[in-house]
Amino acid sequence: MTDSAPLIRARGLVKRFGDFVAVNGIDLDVWPGEAFGFLGPNGAGKSSTMRMIGCVSPPSDGELTILGMDPRRQGPAIRARLGVCPQEDNLDPDLTVRDNLVTYARYFGIRRAEARRRAAELLEFVQLTERADQDVEPLSGGMKRRLTIARALVNQPDLVLLDEPTTGLDPQARHLVWERLFRLKQRGTTLVLTTHYMDEAEQLCDRLVVMDGGQIVAEGSPRALIERYATREVAELRFGADAPLDSYAEKLAGIGERCEVLPDRILLYADDGDAAVAAVQARELSPTQVLVRRATLEDVFLHLTGRSLVET
Amino acid sequence: MRAIHPAWAVFEYYLTTYRRVWRGTVFSSFVLPVLFFLGIGLMVGEYVDRGGALPVPYTQFIGPGLLAFTGVQIALMEAGYPVMGGFKWNKTYYAITAAPPRVRDIVAGQLCYIGLRTAVATVAFLVVMFPFGVVSQGWAVLAPPVALLMALAVAAPMMAFAATVEKDTSLALLFRFALLPMMLFSGVFFPLEQLPELLRPVAYLLPLWHGVELCRAAVVGLAPSWPVGLHLAYVVVWVLSGFLAAVARFQRRLVR
Repeated sequence: MTDSAPLIRARGLVKRFGDFVAVNGIDLDVWPGEAFGFLGPNGAGKSSTMRMIGCVSPPSDGELTILGMDPRRQGPAIRARLGVCPQEDNLDPDLTVRDNLVTYARYFGIRRAEARRRAAELLEFVQLTERADQDVEPLSGGMKRRLTIARALVNQPDLVLLDEPTTGLDPQARHLVWERLFRLKQRGTTLVLTTHYMDEAEQLCDRLVVMDGGQIVAEGSPRALIERYATREVAELRFGADAPLDSYAEKLAGIGERCEVLPDRILLYADDGDAAVAAVQARELSPTQVLVRRATLEDVFLHLTGRSLVET
Repeated sequence: MRAIHPAWAVFEYYLTTYRRVWRGTVFSSFVLPVLFFLGIGLMVGEYVDRGGALPVPYTQFIGPGLLAFTGVQIALMEAGYPVMGGFKWNKTYYAITAAPPRVRDIVAGQLCYIGLRTAVATVAFLVVMFPFGVVSQGWAVLAPPVALLMALAVAAPMMAFAATVEKDTSLALLFRFALLPMMLFSGVFFPLEQLPELLRPVAYLLPLWHGVELCRAAVVGLAPSWPVGLHLAYVVVWVLSGFLAAVARFQRRLVR
């Protein structure tokens, strides 16, 4: 494999379940060493795409090549070089922390002694060495997720697939997972992850696609996407409950580039947030709360789909 | 190059879990059948033998039958809840499917484990029967392999069934309405000729009766009702069709 060949190549990729089209003709290339993300709300088709890449779901239509191979015919050979961290933990509660890694390594034909060596090394990497001989069940959600990540690395994969790696974790546990994933990325491991957290995508992804309704609606680096689809800054305005927010939208016309009305607040997009707020106040509209912040991928998503990523 | 076959890795996985749970299995897979043997074989047997209707003492009649039944019982248990749990509770199968093993490797690996469990239990059972004079010939060593084959014959279709059930009550129903009647109507406790003629074909269809006949032939030298090859062939049909059904149903669940 040369550096110029993509590890994943999809053209017009489709996944149907009966009449329901989960993935509706997507094109993508993932290159070696890249951290590539699928960003989108639940039901956008991210997990279906990941399952096709993981060779556990045959594509309904279109082309898909993984590591230069055809997932329809070479599933086992491809899976031998993938690491998969599923959305739902499926660690084995009947085994110890260490045995979860050792038995999994055996599925890849790794010799027992080597499997033990790798298990020890990976437990060190995910900071679970002290738990090695304990059961899986009492581990916290964050520890289980780190163990699942360790399990995904046991075959020294060329490509690591992470389906919502930090969903359901508390902030501290999320940061620990991010930090480990960042270390992997620094080592040059190719990561493909799905997330509906914009901060996760911004932290980890070199490049990402925004998915909605089974289609890719935008593609680029987090920074490029923000530059293209949002302004530099955003002013979040909240008004008292006396008048519907829509009525304010008209009164704000002309300030900044555009505004989005959310159920509880108005987002005013402008390159200079403070100047925009000053203009709002000059019109004698007095918001009860004002927050000026930098634009994020959440704003990109909102602009592209008209919906929030995470329902509030 | 792969050092081991993926089905072997799956088999190893089940052995590893067995290391942790084997104590809990001793009662149902060993103590219980031995109690059956002692209770019914020795106690009831004394009355049966007074009638002298059987060509061999009742202990010799019931021992090999219970051996075959023990294998079938372990196999059905191991192919029931653990399979359902692999999809619903532990999600073990989904974890393995993400790795190189194919669905048929998973099914084959688990069947090997069930076969081993049966073989171990039936060897132990054979050893217990020895001092009671049940074992009358060297061919008895063939009884555990026959029990193993029987185990596969019922475990494979059971895996196929358990792969589709959503509620564990369906499994409980199957144990109640399939395992128990099979035990009663497969010639374990009495010769099939005792059954009303109408019911006999049921025994011919079920795999257990064939195993009972073969085990009795091996352990005490009673001639089986059909040629040995025919009994074996029928059991093998169950093994193969069960395996194919299980692979198909696992496939539908795991690869979507």
